[in-house]
Amino acid sequence: MSYLAKPTLHHPKLPVNKLGYTRRDYEGAVSTLCAGCGHDSISAAIIQACFELDLPPHRIAKVSGIGCSSKTPTYFLGNSHGFNSVHGRMPSVLTGANLANRDLIYLGVSGDGDSASIGLGQFAHCMRRGVNMVYIVENNGVYGLTKGQFSATSDKGSKSKRGVVNTDSAIDLVSMALQLGATFVARSFSGDKAQLVPLIKAAILHRGAAFIDCISPCVAFNNHAGSTKSFDFVREHNEAVNFLDVIVGRDSIAVDYAPGTVVEVRQHDGSILRLRKVVAEYDPHNRVVALNYLQERQAAGEFATGLLYVEPEPEDLHAHLNTVETPLNRLTEAELCPGSAALERFNAAHR
Amino acid sequence: MPKPIARINDFVVKFANVNGSGSASANQLFARAILRMGVPATPRNIFPSNIQGLPTWYEVRISEAGYLGARGGIDLMVAMNPQTWDKDVAGIEPGGYLFYDSSKPLPESKFRDDINVIGVPLTEICNRAYTDARQRQLFKNIMYVGALSALLEVDSAEIEKLIGEQFAGKDKLIAPNVAAFRMGRDYALSNLDCPIGLRVRRAAAVGDRIFVDGNSAAALGCVYGGATVAAWYPITPSSSLAEAFTRHCRRYRVGREDGKSRYAIIQAEDELASIGIVIGAAWNGARAFTATSGPGISLMQEFLGLAYFAEIPAVLFDVQRAGPSTGMPTRTQQGDVLSCAYASHGDTKHVLLFPEDPHECFEFGAAAFDLADRLQTPVFVLLDLEIGMNERLCAPLAWDDARRMDRGKVMTFEDLESGKEFGRYLDVDGDGIPYRTYPGTHPKRGAFFTRGTSRDRHARYSEEGPVYADNMQRLLRKFETAKGLVPKPVLHPARHSTRLGAIYYGSTSPAMQEALDALESDGTCVDALRVRAFPFRDEVIDFIAAHDEVFVVEQNRDAQLRMLLVNEGGIDPARLIPVLHYDGTPITARFIAGEIAKKLAAFNVTPLRKVVS
Ligand SMILES: Cc1ncc(C[n+]2csc(CCOP(=O)(O)OP(=O)(O)O)c2C)c(N)n1
Ligand code: SF4
Ligand SMILES: [Mg+2]
Repeated sequence: MSYLAKPTLHHPKLPVNKLGYTRRDYEGAVSTLCAGCGHDSISAAIIQACFELDLPPHRIAKVSGIGCSSKTPTYFLGNSHGFNSVHGRMPSVLTGANLANRDLIYLGVSGDGDSASIGLGQFAHCMRRGVNMVYIVENNGVYGLTKGQFSATSDKGSKSKRGVVNTDSAIDLVSMALQLGATFVARSFSGDKAQLVPLIKAAILHRGAAFIDCISPCVAFNNHAGSTKSFDFVREHNEAVNFLDVIVGRDSIAVDYAPGTVVEVRQHDGSILRLRKVVAEYDPHNRVVALNYLQERQAAGEFATGLLYVEPEPEDLHAHLNTVETPLNRLTEAELCPGSAALERFNAAHR
Repeated sequence: MPKPIARINDFVVKFANVNGSGSASANQLFARAILRMGVPATPRNIFPSNIQGLPTWYEVRISEAGYLGARGGIDLMVAMNPQTWDKDVAGIEPGGYLFYDSSKPLPESKFRDDINVIGVPLTEICNRAYTDARQRQLFKNIMYVGALSALLEVDSAEIEKLIGEQFAGKDKLIAPNVAAFRMGRDYALSNLDCPIGLRVRRAAAVGDRIFVDGNSAAALGCVYGGATVAAWYPITPSSSLAEAFTRHCRRYRVGREDGKSRYAIIQAEDELASIGIVIGAAWNGARAFTATSGPGISLMQEFLGLAYFAEIPAVLFDVQRAGPSTGMPTRTQQGDVLSCAYASHGDTKHVLLFPEDPHECFEFGAAAFDLADRLQTPVFVLLDLEIGMNERLCAPLAWDDARRMDRGKVMTFEDLESGKEFGRYLDVDGDGIPYRTYPGTHPKRGAFFTRGTSRDRHARYSEEGPVYADNMQRLLRKFETAKGLVPKPVLHPARHSTRLGAIYYGSTSPAMQEALDALESDGTCVDALRVRAFPFRDEVIDFIAAHDEVFVVEQNRDAQLRMLLVNEGGIDPARLIPVLHYDGTPITARFIAGEIAKKLAAFNVTPLRKVVS
């Protein structure tokens, strides 16, 4: 594999966003993943979401673990700093980065092996700490990069390409995130751009731990009959609870929905999430309802997708730690070093 | 019965206590009162990890000559723990003293006839004076300090003053503590022969030195060095470093006006997360550290390779304990030298600093952040339990207010805007150190992708052999640069010129000083060099070249620093003679001097034996 640069020439008529960036400015290097890999669609959705939110690309930091999924940060946001760390440890690296500079937007990209197998502990602790981030698991129920072994999200009874049947129970990261206190929990499907892009936008605007489990079929190792994460299987078993529109404070677009089927969630930054409900009884503000609903659909052999839970006034790790508004990485000697007089007092107290 | 030991300002007192009985502060009071009298006193906490009843010991060496290392042997045993009585009594030097609570009669077989027994009915006095169980327990401790002050002629005014300082702000507690102290003292004065042969006499041997533990001093070094992010997982003997950092930050790093914290401390879920958080924070331009011990270092291996290869500054404090595995978790050792020097898979080498005492823990604690930023690599500060968890007399901490953080080679917005060429792994200055940018610096320039996989000079993924090798070579150049930046070794030349040398490091320092004096008074002159960092500076290699035989004194089984010297300095192993102490107790001057004398004797004898056989 080698690095493929993309031509940087822009078509003069490419649409620009409020910051004057084209969609191209949010792209990265050419993907080296298999043609048709679900992960590439997720990268495209991330690009679209950032473009539509008018985010300055350099104010986003991308952090990932190891896997095909974790490689994708090279393929989007080429003007952002990225960190492809070690297998299963994206959450800790991102937590540290976030502590150092609370002003950037943090995008954590991981795989199901990365987050549910080797990195389950870090996933859990990052959620419970409320790190302000978007945490996307590109979930194909398989280890793509190491060529097709089962991961911890592979469904019990599902068949590998070589015909082996998985006998272990699957870990459902969505239920775990809910139990662990994540303040934004969603599930989507890489093939459903209309649902995924608004979810990513909403997650970025959310000021807390926002988790998206995105089912993302692996065309090389998990898109055959017997797989429960294949394109066909997911399309047939997808049960959307709601459809989302994200209205950023400054937008003046009026969206009309029939009352009674729409829930509005105003987030901390003034953005409005408008949920058009498919399932009438679904309440995205109630963890218990969300958990029950998930279990119910799972028992029926369906994936519930959409925004499953959101807390409009989340608290993040910085709030818990009561850290200064100025990013820690910008503090200077004057703010950090107590100086020689204080040290003299320390000495005096230790004689 | 041998003659009772008679010594002034030169003896060892050991307290045997039950953990949690409130003895720690009373014992510390005893040690500090002696320091206030101008006599150096060095305490050591000894606390087994898993023995029922949780005994603890506190050993104080009093030495006007200023020897702060462990001596070995006990002159006065304060036996307050019935469970460890037999072992405690057995450890007393012949002619030494046993102080005990004589409230309950003990059979004669429980004593020795070659020591001096001093009984004070502490429980009885306490039960008479107090009704509350907790008070009876706590005041018993202060009471024995009172009795000891009379027996050893420790200035009671100093103790009462210290009690006042200790309870400043909780003034209600001062009078009852002073009363208990006097109760013990008065009992001894009217019922016992005071003083005994061991005495403390006012001297002027302390000077302006301070009394502090290495972990707390290292943590203060982190505050002064500008660390803002700390992540850690509890492990003895390092936990008190992270806890001290928390304490110092609450004191020095909370905004007076906004009440906001200028720091972030995470007690992580394990050591993998600790080092991950540190690496993430450092990548993003904050100064970050973790504190751990050997088992934690083992867990961090993969991440340390990433930090080395991706060139992330990270600071680690490894407060070493006896390994391998859980080893002796509450005992001291210098056992992680190799595992830190070459931490992780593949070709790696790391910068290590070896502080000798709390003063250097502070100094190196702060300096480690400058080194890490300058070299863009992990820097390890290797303490051990001996200096980390014990209070030690040391030079006062010093800070130059003109000092500025060295953030190393970081390209700013202005640099990038002016069109300066940026390549993350370009060696523009020939010192192997490239420039970096912090995330978020410039909208169009300076962004790069950090990864643990090979990449070219512009941080682009590459699996080309020459590209990989080129980068590995540059990392070696960077390590060369490090040699010139790390603290210089400290030379202690012998009084007369000699072909014998000795190399030592870290907490071995005070025992070594004393051993060198002892050897010299026996007519053996040894030049000594205290190594303070790895990679070794040229001075270390030159020192070895200038001597025929060099003893390498260490507190581990495998002669780990010696291995590094052989390996990195290309030195003939035959010229480096290991002197190794690794039973978990701190190394002593008696041991070092004895070993060196023994080995020297062996050199002289060997040829003769050959002739005979
Ligand atoms: C410590 C460690 N163990 C094993 C590996 C090998 N490895 C690389 S990627 C991977 C699995 C990735 O699976 P997943 O996170 O689901 O990503 P995908 O490729 O499916 O997107 C493994 C086991 C590694 N890189 N590091
Ligand atoms: S192996 Fe699977 S996950 Fe990896 S790139 Fe190919 S399709 Fe995607
Ligand atoms: Mg996978």
